[in-house]
Amino acid sequence: MSIESATGIVKILLIILSAVFCNNVILVQFLGICPFLGVSRRVETAVGMGVAVTFVIAMASVFTWLVQKFILEQLGLEYLQTIAFILVIAALVQFVEMFLQKSSPTLYSSLGVYLPLITTNCAVLGVAIININKGYDLGTALINGVGTALGFLLAIVLLAGIRERMELGNTPKHLRGFPISLITAGLMAIAFMGFTGLITK
Amino acid sequence: MNFTDIIVPALILAAMGLIFGLALAFASKKFHVEKDPRIAQVREALPGANCGGCGFAGCDALAGAIVAGQAPVNGCTVGGAASAKKIAEIMGVDTVADEPKVAFVRCQGALGGVKLKADYSGVADCAAAADVAGGPISCRFACLGMGTCERACPFDAIKVKDGLAVVDREKCTGCGVCVSACPRGVIEMIPKKASIGVACRNTDSGKAVREICSRGCIACGICEKKCGSDAIKVEGGISKVNYENCAGCGTSVESCPTKCIVSFSKKPE
Repeated sequence: MSIESATGIVKILLIILSAVFCNNVILVQFLGICPFLGVSRRVETAVGMGVAVTFVIAMASVFTWLVQKFILEQLGLEYLQTIAFILVIAALVQFVEMFLQKSSPTLYSSLGVYLPLITTNCAVLGVAIININKGYDLGTALINGVGTALGFLLAIVLLAGIRERMELGNTPKHLRGFPISLITAGLMAIAFMGFTGLITK
Repeated sequence: MNFTDIIVPALILAAMGLIFGLALAFASKKFHVEKDPRIAQVREALPGANCGGCGFAGCDALAGAIVAGQAPVNGCTVGGAASAKKIAEIMGVDTVADEPKVAFVRCQGALGGVKLKADYSGVADCAAAADVAGGPISCRFACLGMGTCERACPFDAIKVKDGLAVVDREKCTGCGVCVSACPRGVIEMIPKKASIGVACRNTDSGKAVREICSRGCIACGICEKKCGSDAIKVEGGISKVNYENCAGCGTSVESCPTKCIVSFSKKPE
């Protein structure tokens, strides 16, 4: 299947499937590895982190696209993309934190410490830059952002599930903790490479 | 070199930063949430190890619960009397300070050559081993020595040595995480000032204990007779120490024929 020849709802589905499986942000593009390894000890916290990232990436996709089109491109300052996007993402995360604290204290307390941590999640910056590099329009950028974030959620929850079981396993002493997690992540990445070519550009 | 090429982008970025900053300042006023200032104060008085020994997710969660009245001011066993006193001052209540406690492993089976009833080669975890026909050791009260407590301890204070969990009394903060982690209930919290402890929980008859382990309490009652201060008694097939009365003379430790009473003033053998 090809994204470019598809239209309407099929195109949306193809972009999401491509972002979740074929171009999984962690297991294929290797972005956002830090939270992937750091917050994947329990499924519960992994889901919290995944949901928070989904929220921020969706908003960041829209805002960075607007900043790129209406500020940077108008003034011919595309080379300031990275620093401008970091500024946007940091401000956005702060704002989202304040907004959630006021409007939804339950969601705020369940996301807890993960919300401010997202500022430094390079997957957010990565998606924003990929959106621009691929020349997506605003709607496509948003869909790609949500799809990528769902891919992050899927990968981190899968790893957390495996790690919870491995805790009880008979792992050799020198491999316990991070070494076996890295090996597991590598094997998951190889498995996800199998999706390559399912959807063409 | 054209300086405007540098200054203009810098000014634009500065302007963007200023706009975001102002927007955030406005948002923080608009979305301001009244928080009890005592939560931050209580959090300061807590140790901050986030061990979870109190039963809450971490020190922040306990601080919130204390201020909300859902947890006692002395809810943190790690901080002990010092932090309980500070928190009580913040909350404006009196506190009865808990005396500091320490974990104590009530078994010396591995030292006493406790008999095995089966070979176990499954998952190296006490909970899993205990699920298989009550564990591979013939004494149903014994420490299984697979280190579930060692992995649970947030302070690196309990270690399995030669098949027996050993508490490092210097490192132990008395949080009690190991007590709930142990599937057999071998670990008990005892007052830190206690000088002796009965390192066995087997309540079976003396003969039955003798058959499986040389370091078990056989409930012979010698310790009770030798003790001059009414601090140790045999009750229900096991010696029990009354820490209030114990003078720490060490007579019971020396008199115990199976050496199941241990002294904390010197290193156990």
